[in-house]
Amino acid sequence: MGLQEYDIEVERDGLDTEEMTLNMGPQHPSTHGVLRFVVKADGEVMRKATPDVGYLHRSIEKIAEKVGYHGFMPYTDRVDYVAAMFCNQSWAMACERLAAIEVPVRGEYCRVVAAELNRISSHLLSAASMTLDIGAATPFFHAFREREKINDLLEELCGARLTYNYMRIGGVAWDLPPGFVEQTRAFLDDFEPALAEFHDLISGNKIYVERIAGVAPTSAARAVAYNLVGPNLRASGVDFDVRRDIPYSIYPQLKFAVPVGRGEVGTIGDCFDRYIVRMREIEQSVSLVRQCLEQMEPGPVLAKVPRKFRPPVGEVYVRVESARGDMGWYVVSDGSEFPVRCKIRTGSFAAMSMIEELSRGLMLADLVAVIASLDIVAPEVDR
Amino acid sequence: MQGYLDSLIAAGWFSALPVQVVYAGGMLLAGAVVLFVFILLVAGFTTFVERRIWARIHSRVGPNRVGPQGVLQWLADGLKLFMKEDLIPAAADRKLFRMAPYVVLMGFVATFAVIPFSSRLVIAEMDIGLLFVLTVTSLVVVGILMAGWASNNKWSLIGGIRGAAQIVSYEIPAGLSILPVVLLAGTLNMQELIRQQGWAPWDWTLFANPFAFVAFFLFFTAALAEGNRTPFDLPEAETELVAGFVTEYSGVRYLMFFLVEWGNLYVIGALVTTMFLGGWNIPPVTDSVFLQTLLEFLTFFFKAYFWVFVAIWIRGTLPRVRVDQLMSVCWKYLVPIAFVNAIATALWIIAFPHGNRVVAFVMTGIGAALVALFFSRVAFHLRRSRVRARNQFTLSPFA
Repeated sequence: MGLQEYDIEVERDGLDTEEMTLNMGPQHPSTHGVLRFVVKADGEVMRKATPDVGYLHRSIEKIAEKVGYHGFMPYTDRVDYVAAMFCNQSWAMACERLAAIEVPVRGEYCRVVAAELNRISSHLLSAASMTLDIGAATPFFHAFREREKINDLLEELCGARLTYNYMRIGGVAWDLPPGFVEQTRAFLDDFEPALAEFHDLISGNKIYVERIAGVAPTSAARAVAYNLVGPNLRASGVDFDVRRDIPYSIYPQLKFAVPVGRGEVGTIGDCFDRYIVRMREIEQSVSLVRQCLEQMEPGPVLAKVPRKFRPPVGEVYVRVESARGDMGWYVVSDGSEFPVRCKIRTGSFAAMSMIEELSRGLMLADLVAVIASLDIVAPEVDR
Repeated sequence: MQGYLDSLIAAGWFSALPVQVVYAGGMLLAGAVVLFVFILLVAGFTTFVERRIWARIHSRVGPNRVGPQGVLQWLADGLKLFMKEDLIPAAADRKLFRMAPYVVLMGFVATFAVIPFSSRLVIAEMDIGLLFVLTVTSLVVVGILMAGWASNNKWSLIGGIRGAAQIVSYEIPAGLSILPVVLLAGTLNMQELIRQQGWAPWDWTLFANPFAFVAFFLFFTAALAEGNRTPFDLPEAETELVAGFVTEYSGVRYLMFFLVEWGNLYVIGALVTTMFLGGWNIPPVTDSVFLQTLLEFLTFFFKAYFWVFVAIWIRGTLPRVRVDQLMSVCWKYLVPIAFVNAIATALWIIAFPHGNRVVAFVMTGIGAALVALFFSRVAFHLRRSRVRARNQFTLSPFA
């Protein structure tokens, strides 16, 4: 960004008023990590908010070229640490497709159980921080109370609460621990009324709805043009879900609906739609986990993969429906132990680029709602 | 207050001093006692109460380490803030920056000059009581604007300007909803307002007629906005403006702003109690002046503190409105309703110059029915959550 971007514009008609240039972030309480926006504001109304990315860049793609296929798995956790299972899964899937490895069926089930639990926890975090940004602290704590239980479950599963490192090339590291199925069912039985309570508390709240209904709508055409993915895209009315439309893993054998934004209280694709689509996806994920636990049969969870993993020469692009949408991994192999190139395409980066357009003419307080509703997670933007 | 001093002078005390000096000294002494014994304690303790109640609403535990059940937490917090470095940003306007907390504190403390504690305990029984409260609370705006401007920080400035716009706007519905009470009572004197009501609910101004009932809700809403409380806590909206006008403050100055914020809650409660809820009125139960005064004090205190609790509860429930919604709520809804309400009260007084007991009883009945309905809802939710508590799922070894 050049210096001229920061220049102050002065309106010359009538009374001279200066635009105020506000620096929102990187240390601002509601930028969800280290994001920065250069906000040009006329009082409370924003002229535009320019995102400034790169504060959390850790060269993860370059690291992939240096540590080898197996060794890169823990690093994938850090691509999107709110929903690390999907990064695990997509990296494993990319390697498996390169080397044409078949994953055992139980391994796929374990992956989907872990991933869908992670989706619930990620969406809960998103909804929670959104309500907090709108100014309600109670739903935040209630959602975190539930998320904590998912963390407990995933800790049982893989020993970690945030950066899971659960999956391996060819399957998953460990089978479900004893008692996990019962504990997960108990959690889901407890979680569904808790979700209803959360809706009672905030989703229909007059002030909350007024704050986010009709704010920053994205039409289907604009959403596609800006390459929005996942819940953000579906909130705009585009019915697309990688799990259903470009099937992978065992999703074709599971029944689930794809919630789409309907503009119930405002315009299609507004902040409320993005919020409510996530909340409905949580319900779908609950049913997906239940189905998996029903259908699972005993068996191996990890295919035989050589320790010195040398996939044949080739390139592959895999797509996974992550919590933040279509996550793409492009991996090129030259037949050695290290990938030649790894490129990660994430949902938050595209969403970030749309903020400049969405923020025009909104109030300062709306920017916070827009950032929260797009569910931007800083590490995923920068990688 | 004046009565005590007069009796002391008549008894031959302070015979060497002019009467005015005795009065001034007495006022200062009473003010100091109220400030250090009552305000500091109430405001400080309210921070603890708020944190505990808030924590229960959040399904957390809250501070429980300092003293039994954490009751001394507020002292520890205050001490910590006292010992912190008092930073003034290099680019700040130093004089204004230092003055702002005192101005805010002054506007808040001065209200206690007229707020009664019992039929005998009040610092100054002024005939312009209510007007005085409205006037001195306006000082708070000046302090907030000062703090916002002097910090030389854009977030502070936006917070300060939001605060000024908000408080100035909401003074109008607050003032207009006081009008029905003043019209009914024919006085601005706080003690007289209370004396005209009785101890029984049907003698309270709240139930005197439907308009007073509406005025009560209007006033409470407007007072929340004036006190920068959720859902109107925009001047210090932490997720939007970092910390609003207090962003650059630290140490004792920060403490003062917070003292005012929590102390103001009690002021809101006290005003509501005085105007609508019969104040300190209790039936004469004992001959002892001391005991009667104590009972009156407790009655008034708990009535007022109940509204502190309600404000905390609201903070635990509602999100924050946006600044344009804040203004439209004020100017499009509260102000017109308050206006109509005030005029309707005047017409009511013409229709029933001596009040109407039947309406008062009916209104009290409606009020009781509303309370009963509310508690039945609470019971329903409690039952439901107890069902949830039975199959509560947990893996945590700490739970």
